[in-house]
Amino acid sequence: MENEKLSLPNYNIPEDIQNVVAITTLDRLYNWGRRSSVWPLMFGLACCAIEMIAAQTARYDMARFGMEVMRPTPRQADMMLVSGTVTKKMLPAIIRLYNQMPEPKYVVAMGACASSGGPFKEGYNVVAGIDKFLPVDVYIPGCPPTPQALIAGMIKLQEKIDKQSIKTVRWYDKNKADSNYVPMPILGPDLIDVRRNAEYKKAAATQTTQESA
Amino acid sequence: MAAPASTQTVDLIARFPGMVTADTRPGFTGFIVNKENLLEVAVAIRDEFGYDLLTAVTGVDYLAENKMEVVYHAFKTTGGAGLIFRVQVERVDPIEVPSLTGIWPGADFQEREAWDLLGIKFTGHPDLRRILMWEGYEGHPLRKDWKEAFYEEEVKPFKSRWPDGQHIYSEFKNPFRDNLNFPKDFDPEKYEPENEKDLYASLENHTLKGEGGLKTDQIVVNMGPHHPSTHGVLRVAVTLEGETIMGLKPVMGYLHRNHDKIGERNTYLQTIPYTDRLDYFNSMSNNFGYVTTVEKLMNIPVAERAEYIRVIMAELSRIQNHLIFIGMLMNDLGTMYTPSLYVFEERELILDIFEAVSGARMMCNYYRFGGVVRDIPDDILQRIKDLVVERIPAKTDEMERFLNDNEILVGRLKGVHLINAEDAIKYSITGPVLRAAGVPYDLRRADPYSIYDRFDFDVAVRYNGDMMDNYLIRFDEIRQSLRIIEQALKQIPQGPINSQKPAYQVRVPAGEAYGRIESPKGELAFYVVSNGKPNPYRYHVRPASFVNLTAIEHICRGAKIQDFVALLAMLDIVMGELDR
Repeated sequence: MENEKLSLPNYNIPEDIQNVVAITTLDRLYNWGRRSSVWPLMFGLACCAIEMIAAQTARYDMARFGMEVMRPTPRQADMMLVSGTVTKKMLPAIIRLYNQMPEPKYVVAMGACASSGGPFKEGYNVVAGIDKFLPVDVYIPGCPPTPQALIAGMIKLQEKIDKQSIKTVRWYDKNKADSNYVPMPILGPDLIDVRRNAEYKKAAATQTTQESA
Repeated sequence: MAAPASTQTVDLIARFPGMVTADTRPGFTGFIVNKENLLEVAVAIRDEFGYDLLTAVTGVDYLAENKMEVVYHAFKTTGGAGLIFRVQVERVDPIEVPSLTGIWPGADFQEREAWDLLGIKFTGHPDLRRILMWEGYEGHPLRKDWKEAFYEEEVKPFKSRWPDGQHIYSEFKNPFRDNLNFPKDFDPEKYEPENEKDLYASLENHTLKGEGGLKTDQIVVNMGPHHPSTHGVLRVAVTLEGETIMGLKPVMGYLHRNHDKIGERNTYLQTIPYTDRLDYFNSMSNNFGYVTTVEKLMNIPVAERAEYIRVIMAELSRIQNHLIFIGMLMNDLGTMYTPSLYVFEERELILDIFEAVSGARMMCNYYRFGGVVRDIPDDILQRIKDLVVERIPAKTDEMERFLNDNEILVGRLKGVHLINAEDAIKYSITGPVLRAAGVPYDLRRADPYSIYDRFDFDVAVRYNGDMMDNYLIRFDEIRQSLRIIEQALKQIPQGPINSQKPAYQVRVPAGEAYGRIESPKGELAFYVVSNGKPNPYRYHVRPASFVNLTAIEHICRGAKIQDFVALLAMLDIVMGELDR
C-alpha cells in the first residue's frame, strides 16, 4: 500500500538514500507512528474475544499490522476492542475503563452484539450496542467476526488514523477538553444513563404499569 | 451397561405416605413433595435411596394454574436414571420454599438464580442474594407476567416480521427510547444506588476470622470483572489476610444474556443457534445437549449416520476445549502465550473441520432434531482421520513432553489440593474435576446417550484431586476422545442424515424433558417444558460451569491468593455458559 510509506509520493528521493531520508509532513509522520503501534486493551467480553485471541495466534498473526501488544491496563491502551455482548451489569465497568484510557483513544465494536445488541438485543440485561455510550470508530460485522474480518476492521481503523490531522484532533483542542468523558451510568431499577435523567423522569411519570412483578 | 431404571421404581410414596404424591400430568414424571416435608424427604432421597448428586434446581412459573414449581433432579454417582421431585407452592408473594443447601451445598447458586429470576425465596439459604442481575433490579424476569422492555409478543415469529414484514425499531415503541423499564413516577436524580452493600456484608459474614495465623488487617480485594485471568467477565471479591484467602464471593452476571427468557419466546428450532453461544468453545456439544433434550420430548429416532457425525463432532469439540484449557492454564501460571500458541495451532485445524461441515468456525448451528443439517463429504472424513490418527496424538505427546516435567509447573500444581471426592459430590461438581477427584462419573458411560454405548473407551479417572491430576486428566480425556472418533470413523454408515423432513416448526407434545450430556466441562443439561405449542413453555440451561463454580468459595478459603488464579482455571469455566 502506497499509504504506508512515510515519504510523500511527489518527492523524488534518490534511491540509495530512500531508507535514510524522508520528506513528509508532520501529520503524516505523527499518524505513521500512531497507526503502526495501536495497542489494544486486553479486554474480552464474550464469544468474540475468542476470535480476538485466535487473530493473535500464529495463523492470523495480528502483529503483522503493529497492533499485537495487548495491554491489560487501560492506562497503556490506545484502542478498546469491545468484543462481545455489552450487558447492563457490565456497562459501568466498560465506561470506567474507557474513561481511564488516555487520549488518543479509539473504540472498535467487534461483532453484532457490540454493534447493535445482535441476537441478544431483546434481552432485558443487554445494551443494544456500545455506541449508545461510547463513540465507535469502526464496526465489524459478524457473529463472531472471523479473525480475517477483525484484521480488516483494524486496517480500516489505520486508514481512519491516517486521515486525522494534528490541527483538528480533539485531544489537542483546548476547548474540547474531556469531550469524550462519559459519565458513569448507575445500576438502579434498570440502567440509568445519567445524561438522560430528565427524559427518564418525564417518561416515567406517564408510564402505565405494564408489569406486576 | 445396566438398563436405565425408570424413576418410578423408587417408591417414595410408600416411604412417605401423605407427604409425597406422584406427578400425574401427561408427559411429566417424578414426585410432588409437600413443601413442609421437603427437607425430610430430601435427606431420605440422598441417604436411603442413594441419589447423592443433585444436579439441577430450577423453577417453573405456572401462571394459569397460579402455581410456582421448584424442580429438583437428583442422580446417583454410580450411574443410571435420575429422580425428579418437585415442590409446588401458591403463586402469592412471598413464595417460600425450604432451601436444600444444608443437604446439598451444590444447590446454593442454583437457588440464588431461582430467587433472582423467578422470585422464589428459599428459607434457610445462607446467602440469598441476586446472582445474575444486580441487587435493586426491578422484578423477576422469568416470571410469565414480567415483560422485558423490548417486549413485542409472547412468542416468535413476531407478526411484525412475518407474515407482514413491517419491522419496527424496538427503541421507538419503548417510552424510554431504549431497552429500559422504570417503575411509574421513578425519579433517577433521587435514586440512591445500593452500591453492593449486601455483597460486602455477605463477604464479611462468610469470612474466616483470626485463623490465618497472622495478626494483620484483613483487606478486601476485588478481582475483575476486567481481569485477564478470570476467564472472561467474572469478578471475585476476596478478603485477604496476608496472602491467605479468608473469604471469597464470586460476582457474576456480567455476561447474563437472558438465554432462558429468549428461549421461551423462540420456537424450538430458533433456539439452536442460541445454544451455540452458551459455551462458545463448544457449540457442537451445546447443540448436542439441546437437540437430545427436545428429541426426548418429541420421541423421534435419530438417523444412524447422523448419530456418528454427532459423536465425531462432539468429541472433536472436547479435544479442542481441553487443548485450550491447557493453553489458558499455562497463561494463568505465567508462561504467557507460548503454550497457547501451540494449542491454538491444533485448534485451528479442528475449527477448519467445523467450518467445512457447518459453514462457521465457532457458531456451528449444526445439529437438528432427528439428525444434522448437512452431510460430511468423504474428503472431510479423511481429513478428520488424518488429524485424529496422526497429528493430534503426536502433538499431544509433544505437549506432555514439553510441559509435564517442568519444574515450575510441577511446583505450582502437584499437591495443591483442589477438591476431594466427597466434597465434589456434595457441591454437585461434574466433569473432569469430579473425575480427577476419583469418582468415575462420565455420562457417556453412567447414563449413556446417543450411541456412546457402542464404543470402546475408558472413563478417564485420577485419584488425588490435586491440581496436577486435574491437569493430567485433560490429556487422558483427549486420548479417549481420539479413540472414540477413530472407532466412529470406521463404523460410520452411509445413509440419510436426518430422520425427519426439514421443517421450520416441529411438533412437540406436552410434557417435560431433562436431557443431559457430558460436555467437556461437565454435565450440560437442558430442562424443557412443553405445553404442546410451537414454543417451549420453559427453557432452562443447567450449565456445568455455573454449578461447578458453586464450590469456589469452599475450594479457595484458606488457599493462597497466588493459587487462586490456577484453582479457578482448573474449574474450566466459560462465562457465556456461566452467566447465560
